[in-house]
Amino acid sequence: MSLVKRVGLALAAPVLAFVVAGIVASLVLSITGDDVGGFWDVMFTWPAHRNIVSILNTTALLYLSGVAAAIGFRMNLFNIGVEGQYKIAGFAAAAFAGEAWLPGKLNTVAAIIVAMVVGALWAGIAGVLRVTRGVSEVISTIMLNAIAGSVITYIIFKIGVNNGNATNTKAMPEGTRVGTINLFKDSPTELYGLSLLAVVVGVGFWVLLNRTRFGFDLRAAGASESAAIASGVNVKKMIVIAMLLSGAVAGLVGLPTMFSDSFAYGSSFQTGLGFTGIAVALLGRNNPIGIAFGALIFAFLSEQATLLNILAGISPDIVSVTQGVIVLAVVIAYEVVRRYRVRLEQSEVAAQLADQSRATPQTEGVAS
Amino acid sequence: MRRFSKIAAVVVVGAMALSGCGSSSGGGDGKSSASNDVCKTAKGDGPKVGVAYDVGGRGDQSFNDSAYRGLTQATKDLNATCIEAKATTSDNDTTRAERLRTLAEGGYNPVIAIGYLYSPAAAKVAAEMPDTNFAVVDGYSTTLPKTPLKNLNDLVFAANEGSYLVGVAAALKTKAKHVGFVGGVPGAVIGPFEAGYEAGVKSVDPSIKIDVTYLTQDQTDAQTAYENPAGGKDAASAMYEKGADVVFHAAGKSGLGVFQAAAAAGEGKWAIGVDSDQYLTAPKDQQPHILTSALKRVDTAVYDEIKTFADKSLKPGFTNYNLKSDGVGYATSGGFVDDIKSKIEAAADKIKSGEIVVPSDPKKVK
Repeated sequence: MSLVKRVGLALAAPVLAFVVAGIVASLVLSITGDDVGGFWDVMFTWPAHRNIVSILNTTALLYLSGVAAAIGFRMNLFNIGVEGQYKIAGFAAAAFAGEAWLPGKLNTVAAIIVAMVVGALWAGIAGVLRVTRGVSEVISTIMLNAIAGSVITYIIFKIGVNNGNATNTKAMPEGTRVGTINLFKDSPTELYGLSLLAVVVGVGFWVLLNRTRFGFDLRAAGASESAAIASGVNVKKMIVIAMLLSGAVAGLVGLPTMFSDSFAYGSSFQTGLGFTGIAVALLGRNNPIGIAFGALIFAFLSEQATLLNILAGISPDIVSVTQGVIVLAVVIAYEVVRRYRVRLEQSEVAAQLADQSRATPQTEGVAS
Repeated sequence: MRRFSKIAAVVVVGAMALSGCGSSSGGGDGKSSASNDVCKTAKGDGPKVGVAYDVGGRGDQSFNDSAYRGLTQATKDLNATCIEAKATTSDNDTTRAERLRTLAEGGYNPVIAIGYLYSPAAAKVAAEMPDTNFAVVDGYSTTLPKTPLKNLNDLVFAANEGSYLVGVAAALKTKAKHVGFVGGVPGAVIGPFEAGYEAGVKSVDPSIKIDVTYLTQDQTDAQTAYENPAGGKDAASAMYEKGADVVFHAAGKSGLGVFQAAAAAGEGKWAIGVDSDQYLTAPKDQQPHILTSALKRVDTAVYDEIKTFADKSLKPGFTNYNLKSDGVGYATSGGFVDDIKSKIEAAADKIKSGEIVVPSDPKKVK
């Protein structure tokens, strides 16, 4: 296959998916009697500086969440529990940082470690249940999501402080907070310092997958458990480690906003990132770079939802519809393109064989 | 590839489950309320008002719809024009701030945010945009900036006082000596409803049994708390089955399920609405079961905010709405409380005079 053809095929799937998603969104809008022109107007307007910053911040959060889900997916584990893991980890980190047992930035680092450990342990429960009792991690992580919410509430009413109508953890001291990076002078929003964690995690995920024995075992066990066992991989151990890693990364999801903006865990803590992360991982095909694109697209759409609502009078639910359609369309488009490629390869091979047989008819004749 | 299709299957199932939740809560009169949207037709030269709704949004027949009524009133009396923005359950302080900022940038002034969750966002944006007035219903935004801002105010309600009165009504109407309370999520917002209600019930007869259920314990889970009629119905049905005959809800749109449960439980089972006079918006089959509603006059607060802005008498800081100022109260539609009205009024007078101090923390109800 020529290079042009190969690049074309690689791009075909995402392009196809977005075209389909665009058509479906337009159809939904025209059915609900909304302003289709306004929708595309807002979508194609280059975002203002402050919106670009918000998009980047959201991208970082979704990227972390996407990687957390992808670590499990690579191992064939469906960690639906990123939602609960990042909530309880964020809560633990906020509670720890709020107590200010350690000075300044040491407190920050310790809080980040607390978040990773708590996230890992919460996910680890599901991992251990899976290998010892055979409980499906899908069920146990969903249950643990609900339990996380209740546990947090129970503790927060014991140790939290009332701030107006909200019950929050104690605000972390000034020295523990992480600064923001001012990308544009005229923008009131700034990039959260800990958003850079996404870059670190992304590089780490890539190295882990492609440059370590563990990453090889992980991919092998994910591709075929029986083959992995036959080649000496301890699959049970891999399951627990994969869940722990997934949970540790999930633990980071809530931190950028908390350390640079809200400074405490409370009712304004952002939820839903864990579930969106699953879609982002799927969109990025569990690949470190792909997930980054997936996260960027979802962040862009979420940011536009607010503008669409106010500028074009379109419900933010339409954006959720579009996000869902994109995920479905990507799955289908990749399958369509894959089948097309297989057929293309087959016909090329067949053509080559035909050429060969035409070029050497004598030998064939002798052989038969 | 089998692995991939398995993932796809999980996601599709998940998406269906989620959209299922969405449609059950998004039902109601969402469509009709959108079509008679006053902001699309209002053309006045009065204030340009921006409103950012809370989770649940228009069509909850309770909290947000009450704000909408105030807005509608302002378009009629004050020639106001308006624009509305909707919240999503995955908002954070940054997205909320962006919503307020976009409204202010579009030239809308005042900008009114419905729900205390907007408090940090409003405090932040008000500092950035000193020429726009911001108000937060149920808010605590004015406590957040280090120096008080001139363009920020909070509209707060003594929800416990209205709840006390419906508690008195519940206690006088219960035959089983057994009543219930369904709340969205425990905490400083819904707690006063529970506390006031319990205090009101006990003021009539301390032996009455009160069942309390919260739809979720997780204060970040607004969806389960306030957009969950199915959960509200389950909780109330369980109470009626256990013998309670009056159930009061403070759970936004989830409360619509409480009314369904009361209608399903049949004759002699009552439900009590919240925020708006919910008798007026309930379907015919549920109306005979809606005893009264604990009014929280968000409509008055929104209207006053716009009016004081228009005549330039707007004051920054907290504005309190209580029984004395007619900011909270109880509804009489349907006429089911007519026979006990004198007793409720007597309790109201005692609250107004300060003889009764209604607790706002459920733990402090004697």
